[in-house]
Amino acid sequence: MQTMEAASSTATARPAIHTTMRERQSADAALLSELRPKLRIKRLNFYYGGFHALKNVTMDIPERKVTAFIGPSGCGKSTLLRTFNRMYSLYPDQRAEGEILMDGENLVTTRQDVSLIRAKIGMVFQKPTPFPMSIYENIAFGVRLFESLSKREMDDRVEWALGRAAIWNEVKGKLSQSGQSLSGGQQQRLCIARCIAIKPEVLLLDEPCSALDPISTAKVEELIHELRTDYTVVIVTHNMQQAARVSDYTAYMYLGEMIEYDVTDTIFIKPKKTATEDYITGRFG
Amino acid sequence: MSAVLKTQSAIHPGNRLYRSRKQVNFFLLAVSSLALAFGLFWLVWILGTLLYEGGSALARATLYYQMTPPPGADGGLANAIVGSLLMVTAGTLLGTPIGILAGTYLAEYGRRGWLAGATRFLNDVLLSAPSIVMGLFVYSVYVAKVGHFSAWAGAIALALLVIPVVVRTTDDMLKLVPNTLREATMALGCPAWKMILSVTYRAARTGILTGILLAVARISGETAPLLFTALNNQFWSTNLNAPMANLPVVIFQFAMSPYEDWHRLAWGGAALITLAVLVLNIIARALFRKSD
Repeated sequence: MQTMEAASSTATARPAIHTTMRERQSADAALLSELRPKLRIKRLNFYYGGFHALKNVTMDIPERKVTAFIGPSGCGKSTLLRTFNRMYSLYPDQRAEGEILMDGENLVTTRQDVSLIRAKIGMVFQKPTPFPMSIYENIAFGVRLFESLSKREMDDRVEWALGRAAIWNEVKGKLSQSGQSLSGGQQQRLCIARCIAIKPEVLLLDEPCSALDPISTAKVEELIHELRTDYTVVIVTHNMQQAARVSDYTAYMYLGEMIEYDVTDTIFIKPKKTATEDYITGRFG
Repeated sequence: MSAVLKTQSAIHPGNRLYRSRKQVNFFLLAVSSLALAFGLFWLVWILGTLLYEGGSALARATLYYQMTPPPGADGGLANAIVGSLLMVTAGTLLGTPIGILAGTYLAEYGRRGWLAGATRFLNDVLLSAPSIVMGLFVYSVYVAKVGHFSAWAGAIALALLVIPVVVRTTDDMLKLVPNTLREATMALGCPAWKMILSVTYRAARTGILTGILLAVARISGETAPLLFTALNNQFWSTNLNAPMANLPVVIFQFAMSPYEDWHRLAWGGAALITLAVLVLNIIARALFRKSD
């Protein structure tokens, strides 16, 4: 009660901000319930051996929007991201229970080959992971897994993907050089290019900028912003400013639970829960 | 309180802890340098003696095209050189694929059970098994059954020595490939076998090839496993089903003899093996440096 009163009194005291916020929300951030979900997560539980890492997570990831997961280290945000492409299946002691629905199919229990799921749901990791091959081959490798293209079509695809990842101009003269010879920021954009080259539907980004300098970070963020026109993007980040800058929707997680999930502006300007507010404002722990 | 604050900073060259640390550093540096010098001393001595004693034999062209002679006659090591090349090549070709595949199983697939652990342990036992045991083993299961010594038996015995070395290095080198690289490849929808072939092998290739070269270097000088398998041959032979001359056994036989000219040939053979392994390693390193 008290918090609600406080919120409404602030709103009346500063009507200008209030209207701008409402305008922005109505302009480009529809409420979550009004959007078509790409991934529907229902009562998802996850275990690392005996450790219960995700507790009854339920959320919808909207299509063609950027959704950010924030929260302190170890809160389960990366774990949640890694369930979407079944990364955990690589490790025998990790298991998930519950539902992750994509196009009606439960990814947790599906009989579908995980390779197909992973091709549809691309992932970029915290540390840049260029393959030990040329820049061109780094892109072509993933494409060849599912398509047999002519040399010319492949050239076009490589150029398109590198262009989309905003790195084409930097590497077009040295496509035959090793991908590992690039700088960290370039390597990360190469990884993003590799990921979109196979035309996935969803992009999972696991702290993609944590190893990058501010200039590379800005480039990657710009890229994320552009990518949402074609892809459903989910990003895990430690950096709250980054979440505020790039995402449309933000989920705050703590100790394996989804504490609050809403339009990014709402989360950052007037979160409904005090736990979220404490974390956002830095009062946490 | 103020007395404590007034005392000088502990960070100055006269500090006792600092000085004793420097002394320990000096002592350990001296000890490790001595150990290095000690090791190098013998190595240089061995190489020097080899070149001094074998140099004149190496310089004579007859070494490379004449057959091993009877005592008192002039001759070379041509049949033994070719025999060694054939058997080392065959042993490497037989052992390397098995070793790489087994090492791949251990590092890539064998994470979920007891089998990999047990195999790894047994492989380490095999790695340190005396090579004469391999010779005797092949003698009893192959030579004794077939009824005669042969180059194939020698190659099999050498392959048995190659396998554990290659298994161990392949396993170790693949385990050095960061898991994030595997995850990134799998995240593209790549099946495990293709990831191993195209990404992890490529990332670990220098190490794996170094392991193969180590194995080649090891079997090039092995005498014991060949004594019971390939035996020896005074004459030119490239028939893998017959006994075959080879450098280590010839060196062994000639060095044990009372004849001066046989001694000279034995020194020449020993120097030849050592130099060949050295050159092989240098070439391989040069090639890898270029490709990386």
